[in-house]
Amino acid sequence: MEWETVIGLEVHTQLATQSKIFSGASTHFGAEPNTQACTIDLGMPGVLPVLNAEAVKLAVKFGLSINAEVPSRSVFARKNYFYPDLPKGYQISQFELPIVSTGHLDIMLEDGSKKRIGVTRAHLEEDAGKSLHEELKGASCVDLNRAGTPLLEIVSEPDMRSIEEAIAYLKTLHQLVRYIGISDANMQEGSFRCDVNISLRPKGEEKLGTRAEIKNMNSFRFIERALAFEIDRQAEILENGGTVHQETRQYDADKDITRPMRSKEEAHDYRYFPDPDLLPVEVTKDFIENVRKSLPELPWEKRERFKKEYQLSDYDANFLATQIQTADYFEAAIKSAGGASPKIVANWVAGEVSAGLNKVEKDFTDCPVSADALGQLLARVADSTISNNIAKQVFEAMWKGEGSADEIIEKKGLKQITDTGAIESMVDEVIAANPQQLEQYRAGKDKLFGYFVGQVMKATKGKANPEQVNALLKKKLGN
Amino acid sequence: MHDKTLAELSAALHGKTISSVELTQHYLDRIKKYDNDINAFITVTEEHALKQAADADKAIASGKAGPLTGIPIAEKDIFCTQGIKTSCGSKMLDNFIAPYNATVSENFNQNGLVLLGKTNMDEFAMGSSNETSYYGPVKNPWDLARIPGGSSGGSAAAVAARLAPATTGTDTGGSIRQPAALTGITGLKPTYGRVSRYGMIAFASSLDQGGPMTQTAEDAAMLLQYMAGHDPKDSTSIDKEVPDYSATLNDNIQGLKIGLPEEYFQGGLDADVEKTVQAAIKTFESLGATMVSIKLPHTDLATSAYYVIAPAECSSNLARYDGIRFGHRCENPKDLEDLYKRSRSEGFGEEVKRRILIGTYALSSGYYDAYYIKAQRVRRLIRDDFKAAFQNVDVILTPVTPTPAFKLGEKTTDPISMYLSDIFTIATNLAGLPGISIPAGFSSSQLPIGVQLIGDLFAESKILNVAHQYQKVTDWHRQSPTQFNGGE
Repeated sequence: MEWETVIGLEVHTQLATQSKIFSGASTHFGAEPNTQACTIDLGMPGVLPVLNAEAVKLAVKFGLSINAEVPSRSVFARKNYFYPDLPKGYQISQFELPIVSTGHLDIMLEDGSKKRIGVTRAHLEEDAGKSLHEELKGASCVDLNRAGTPLLEIVSEPDMRSIEEAIAYLKTLHQLVRYIGISDANMQEGSFRCDVNISLRPKGEEKLGTRAEIKNMNSFRFIERALAFEIDRQAEILENGGTVHQETRQYDADKDITRPMRSKEEAHDYRYFPDPDLLPVEVTKDFIENVRKSLPELPWEKRERFKKEYQLSDYDANFLATQIQTADYFEAAIKSAGGASPKIVANWVAGEVSAGLNKVEKDFTDCPVSADALGQLLARVADSTISNNIAKQVFEAMWKGEGSADEIIEKKGLKQITDTGAIESMVDEVIAANPQQLEQYRAGKDKLFGYFVGQVMKATKGKANPEQVNALLKKKLGN
Repeated sequence: MHDKTLAELSAALHGKTISSVELTQHYLDRIKKYDNDINAFITVTEEHALKQAADADKAIASGKAGPLTGIPIAEKDIFCTQGIKTSCGSKMLDNFIAPYNATVSENFNQNGLVLLGKTNMDEFAMGSSNETSYYGPVKNPWDLARIPGGSSGGSAAAVAARLAPATTGTDTGGSIRQPAALTGITGLKPTYGRVSRYGMIAFASSLDQGGPMTQTAEDAAMLLQYMAGHDPKDSTSIDKEVPDYSATLNDNIQGLKIGLPEEYFQGGLDADVEKTVQAAIKTFESLGATMVSIKLPHTDLATSAYYVIAPAECSSNLARYDGIRFGHRCENPKDLEDLYKRSRSEGFGEEVKRRILIGTYALSSGYYDAYYIKAQRVRRLIRDDFKAAFQNVDVILTPVTPTPAFKLGEKTTDPISMYLSDIFTIATNLAGLPGISIPAGFSSSQLPIGVQLIGDLFAESKILNVAHQYQKVTDWHRQSPTQFNGGE
């Protein structure tokens, strides 16, 4: 039978606030264990939570970016369960009334088609601490630095039908939260992690199959592999007439399999009820409008604008708009690029600059060649001071910190030769020095034209204006 | 000296007829002498108190003192006091030294009050007789065979026996007003949100409210002044200006309309209580007030709703006592589950366990709508009842308790009958309203009986004013048990 895959995703993204969602302790990553946990994070008797307004703002910002409804009132609820890294014995989360209600995210698939994925809701909650079982033999340790870190849990509709769609959704979401600055979404540090709900059903069937939930994954590659494994596993069960159990599973990256979590860990009745320590969150129209004003141009808006405003291809526009830093770099470079076309600037940003950064594992915000400096270099190509090839040489020197484009061109004498007389005598010399090639060329071996160009460029150390060389050679060789 | 009110002691301190150190020592001596009989204190902070008193004397000498600088008080052991054991009456927190101050305690420190110690209470404030305390029951100073009420029984008994001129209590379903009535003192539960709950160990967060326990309404006004106010650390505290509670105590109550809810005067009322309340009504009439019969139709649902909401919240609030970070931990746990089970089984007493179980059940999937949601609906109805009543009356007068203090052990095996001893106080908490219990007489066996005045939201000034006017023409509040009145 042919099976259809149905995937829904729950993403936890850590919000980029300075302090925790209900206390003043720092959220900075990587501190010594338990040095960033105050009495409130420790769940001391008598302490009370106070909501961090910044977390609300960031959540609303997300809501607006996915065209979601932001209800005027949302409510924090307690999710009750015991675990050593959950200090109060309950997690403050949102249940019936989340801060963000239905919205959507459009994803782009490899074949260029678009698909709209529904977002059911996004709600605010506090993270738990971490249990460490490796440090001491026979004992477990608890680090509560992470306890109380603000999270936004973004729940999708079961709208994805393939691994590709799931990954595209995750990548689009990952890009979005970074773009609008609500999260650093650092996956290694766990700032962007994902639970996957996946089920199969016979193709054409409306009713959803029984799903399995795979918990807590923080790498696109692992998610992809876990899904692949799970699709095979469920298909095999169903093909053999079995039934899939609704259960929580975890992905084991070493063995590349998913396996059920111990049933004890999932057999929870969370006994949600509104947290009486916190008032309902009231979000006014003014507040929403102010947040809306702080929204940057969104990735898909930028992509469309780049295509229209700069006549870029889909590929270029996509590349440049993927990260806000790249996009900003590109547009800053255009400003000082004089007569160079946006297309040329795009080629350089996507080519030389990006390759250089990849090599040294840096990003556009700390690029050794500033956007402005790159623009100046490309302006020199556009006004024919140097050729494109010489520009690459200059760029390398700039990368090494040898100065601005103009300084390097001057210092190294790289200015292009545009004196027709000088080029002409060089052309004459080259033709005279290669009688054999001249003969072959005239006998019809057109390819040799390039050879002559090369010889002239070599003689001028690349500084001759290539267009002039071409024109003169054509004239002299008599085509 | 120990029979003096806060107002009188303040005058003595500022008039330098006595120093704070002398006064503090005087109360410490009394505690030493009498508290073995009463068991009102869990911790006496002698050294700490004398140091605070010495500081207060310096402040008074340099003219930098406020009205209550140098006044010794005691705090219910539910308020976190930095560096001082804060047990909440439980074995679970027997080893807990609070690492920070409750906002209320911090306010007292800032204003130079002196902490004599921490008072006994029902475990985690769950109880109406002070018999659930890990530290043993508190005895009623008027009859040591009887309970002082609860959960703020230690605070009530301490004021009644004049072991402290004033104390703090907390009131979730009557825990200030009921023991105040049973020990013949004045106890005020403010409007929910008036006094910060930060650092006040939670029992039922939507109902808990701290308040003063004193000899007189005038004293309650003075102490409340330092307790009330918006606290940015408590999201449920209300940002509303705090009036000068003492300023309106002497307002004339001529023409005051006092509501008498029919439902509070129907059957089952003890004859002594009935008689006392009727006498109080007469006194108010003689002061120019008029009585208006009113209806609070959902009164009979209050106790049931309360015993769903309060346990539900408590089941969650007490989850943090898991033996992991602080508090009692069992010996040699086999594994995590064993650690949880035994630490909690050993650390909590029977009543606390009972309420955790009730609350867990009420919040469970499949029962939540039938219990918790329905109880919340009842709560709204009760609030609406009062709202409607306050359209027509200024304050509401009711009994505080159905009977005077009962005997130790009398109701410990019958939780329902114990729960019903809060029947007249619970609705006020559900509605978030302020209520005050004032001494109004004695039973035939010389047990104190109180009367409750309930005010509209934030009408603390009004009920304090009415109570003070009553106390100006009566002297029930000046009486104290002779057994503890020896010496000076």
